[in-house]
Amino acid sequence: MLVFGFLAVLPGDPARVALGVNASDEAVAELRRQFGLDRSLPVQYVDWLGGLLRGDLGTSYVSKAAIGPQVFDRLQVTLILVVAAMAIALVLAVPAGTVMAARHRRLSGVALSALSQVGVAVPAFLAGILLIMVFAVKLGWLPANGWTPPAQDPAMFLRQLVLPALSLGLVQGAVLTRYVRSAVLDVLREDYLRTARAKGLRPFPALWRHGLRNAAVPVVTVLGLQLATLLIGAVVVERVFVIPGLGSLLLDGVSQRDLILVQDVVMVLVVAVLLVNFLVDLLYVALDPRLRTGTR
Amino acid sequence: MNVLEVAGLNVSVRDTTLVSDVDLTVGPGERVGLIGESGSGKSLTALSILGLLPEDVVPSGSVRLSGVDHDLIGADERALSRIRGRDLAMVFQEPMTALNPTMRIGDQIAETMLIHHTHPTRSAARAAAADLLDRVQLPADLLRAYPHQLSGGQRQRVVLAIALSNDPALLICDEPTTALDVTVQALVLDLIVQGVVARSSALLFITHDLAVVATVCERVLVMYGGRVVESGPVHEVFTNPRHRYTQGLLAASNLEAAGSRLTTIPGTVPAAGHFPSGCVFRNRCAHATDLCATTPAWSGTSTTGYACHHPAGAPHA
Repeated sequence: MLVFGFLAVLPGDPARVALGVNASDEAVAELRRQFGLDRSLPVQYVDWLGGLLRGDLGTSYVSKAAIGPQVFDRLQVTLILVVAAMAIALVLAVPAGTVMAARHRRLSGVALSALSQVGVAVPAFLAGILLIMVFAVKLGWLPANGWTPPAQDPAMFLRQLVLPALSLGLVQGAVLTRYVRSAVLDVLREDYLRTARAKGLRPFPALWRHGLRNAAVPVVTVLGLQLATLLIGAVVVERVFVIPGLGSLLLDGVSQRDLILVQDVVMVLVVAVLLVNFLVDLLYVALDPRLRTGTR
Repeated sequence: MNVLEVAGLNVSVRDTTLVSDVDLTVGPGERVGLIGESGSGKSLTALSILGLLPEDVVPSGSVRLSGVDHDLIGADERALSRIRGRDLAMVFQEPMTALNPTMRIGDQIAETMLIHHTHPTRSAARAAAADLLDRVQLPADLLRAYPHQLSGGQRQRVVLAIALSNDPALLICDEPTTALDVTVQALVLDLIVQGVVARSSALLFITHDLAVVATVCERVLVMYGGRVVESGPVHEVFTNPRHRYTQGLLAASNLEAAGSRLTTIPGTVPAAGHFPSGCVFRNRCAHATDLCATTPAWSGTSTTGYACHHPAGAPHA
């Protein structure tokens, strides 16, 4: 409803943009009729929503093609990027955050902590540009941009994926590291960790076996929220790296006043975020037996 | 040969000394109590024996355990972790937080045996865990339960089962019943005594409850201000206290003086590092004189004695 409302009041008639400034008023009116834009807003809304429920995302104002397949093609690309970035963030943040917590009084912990603080402050697109400058332009190790479907050329696909995934993942990893650190710090103070040590476990095995799952609960919360941030970050990073993902589709749609396309993309993103939050809730229950009711 | 020999134990945090010059021995199968108010250094003494003091709290002195050919103070983590849970086990004060909330009870009990390889396989350790549960009078189907499904008393019995799982030479209990309802205290105390007697383990029992010491222990040490001020057989110390602090402690817990106001020791326990020099009790003691500004020497034997310039029951007092 919000998505639809905001876009409806936005200036810029899609029909006029589609036909160009020199088009006659009659031609514009004719196109508006075709698109159904002459109907009242509530009718347009119900029509669009009904289509969504049937899995029909409508027809683009610009390309006149069905939007559905296009959106799902692009969604795959964005999902690959986001999942790769998340994996990088996790691989980075879990060990780094744990070391930071375990050595928070020592130099190594403080140094890592400062480094992550810097990482938090860097926006993803800037990280992307810096990575391109160093690894693509200066060193020439990796392609600066582009996208190859994995089925077509797996090696090229991976080479092209590295830099955009890194630029998203490094920043998210830095943020996540802070949360892992505080979660592990909390767990280190817990009595059950002392019990584990009293059983004869050494500090790191004790943390691994008794602390990890307990520390995971707050980290998973942040992970869910971060996926939403990552989707937004992907919009910008796809621009920087010229990747045909959902983000670039969205930006194209906006610049061409392809309202129905924009609505659809935003809707897909919203659904994706809701889905992630649902998965996070399921994960909680898997992690923490106290949240399971009525079973033993 | 004693099971535990602590000599000249000091515990300090930066410049503040929290425990000074504690000597403590526990014989095989002996049950020794350590009593004192909060802040007297009882728990720190226990944690230094186990080597589990917080990071910035530093012990010095000597802690020897029979069967271990090195001093526990200053030993490395690898050596200590081989002893903890096998020769030396501990039951903590807070049963509600001592168990891992995300692990099944059975796995938490079996883990101790698997770490020290006292049972060859996972299934053998499981079976042993069921047996241990039975001995603390809990049904075997609790093996698959999580800690939040148990009451405080049940959890403390699980902690006890974990501590006893490898038949330790010494069991340390730090206020094991303080957080429990009075109705289950007696049961848990009973299980602790049964457990150590059945294994001929020695027991170091820390509490502030004199009645508990009287039922559980044979010998007692009284701590105040980070020092042992008096020690001896429970019966002797409780009927004929020599140190003025012990005297005050006994008077304060005398429940037979019905009708009269409760007796208290004047003043409060000073904050750590703010105890007076010389005798640590002199600022709260009615018998203190100028002499008490010097540290009183230990009178008596290493296991029975006191450190007081004006002991109770002495002819000139």
